[in-house]
Amino acid sequence: MNTLEFTAVVGFGALLAGFLGALTGLGGGVVVVPLLTVAFGVDIHYAIGAALVSVIATSSGAAAAYVREGYSNVRVGMFLEIATTIGALVGTALVLHLRVSIISIIFGVVLLYSAYASLTEHEHSGGNTGPDRIATWLRMDSTYPTPNGLESYHVRGVPQGFLLMFVAGVLSGLLGIGSGAVKVLAMDKAMKLPFKVSTTTSNFMIGVTAAAGAGVYLRRGYIDPGLAMPVMLGVLAGSLIGARVLARAKVRVLRLVFSSVIAVLALEMIYNGLK
Amino acid sequence: MRDQTEQRMDEIMGRLLRTGVILAAAFVLAGGVVFLVRHPEPVTNYRVFQGEPEELRTVSGIFHEALALRGRGLIQLGLLILIATPIARVAFSVVAFLYQRDWTYVVVTLIVLGLLVYSLFGGGG
Repeated sequence: MNTLEFTAVVGFGALLAGFLGALTGLGGGVVVVPLLTVAFGVDIHYAIGAALVSVIATSSGAAAAYVREGYSNVRVGMFLEIATTIGALVGTALVLHLRVSIISIIFGVVLLYSAYASLTEHEHSGGNTGPDRIATWLRMDSTYPTPNGLESYHVRGVPQGFLLMFVAGVLSGLLGIGSGAVKVLAMDKAMKLPFKVSTTTSNFMIGVTAAAGAGVYLRRGYIDPGLAMPVMLGVLAGSLIGARVLARAKVRVLRLVFSSVIAVLALEMIYNGLK
Repeated sequence: MRDQTEQRMDEIMGRLLRTGVILAAAFVLAGGVVFLVRHPEPVTNYRVFQGEPEELRTVSGIFHEALALRGRGLIQLGLLILIATPIARVAFSVVAFLYQRDWTYVVVTLIVLGLLVYSLFGGGG
């Protein structure tokens, strides 16, 4: 295979990964790493480097649209970014100390959880209780647009959310992913944000978390231009197409199929790690 | 509560993110074309991790390579713009919170900005 062929094949794979990631809500990065390592035999350091930059692209692209609609809670996002960026720096430090097989197994487990989480319906907690002391002090309570006009909501569980966000950051820096599933878990379950607010705020934060990890990756030489180029362009294009399809089609079945594919990739990574 | 200023800030932030991503993609694409035209030899071996050379790992090195119109340098500059986009967003938020005299969040965003700048220029390498 020459360079042009390799670029074309990887670019097409990344396009599929971005498309898949958008449809399942998992994000492109989480699919790119197993694709590159399992299917193309790429070393995991190059794979997480290329994946993490594509995560910034999709997250920033999507956040640009969301932020104007007024769903994302900028204060909650900013405050929690302290936790995710510190976590990301810890994660990038861990890469140096953990064996590739261990990273591979952790990746597989996170991938399995993400696939499972994307399939389970979000029974929305919503039942907004009274104000919370810390959240009030941090002026996190806000409003979001609903069909019946602006609705206000209270934020809760700031310490738990902060802790979970730290974990999300560590995983992001260690695995080159956006950790969207853990971020939504923190905001949806622990902080009781309305669903649409937690998904958009999570997306808004993913770019910043990924930028922290990518800065370190770049200086360590994990980001190879020849590999990152088709991956970043492919994932970005794929996620844009995926977002369009998502808005139009009923994707329940597609989502089930794709999540199964992802589960297989996850098991493959765990198997490779254990070998 | 969201008010007029906050809405305006969100709009600027949205535009900032969009511009960053488009600019980054344009550089990566242009660099990709140069890279592919000049690299007919067998594909780089990605099976074994070797790490990138110095000139593709540092901000100054990347600028130097991009100005020389080398393919890899241009791609790396695009990726650098991409990494800088969320950082610019955070920097903008500092200004936005200053404007709103929201001192708590000026401090919060400055901490995040500091961590990001540290990750790109500081230790942990």
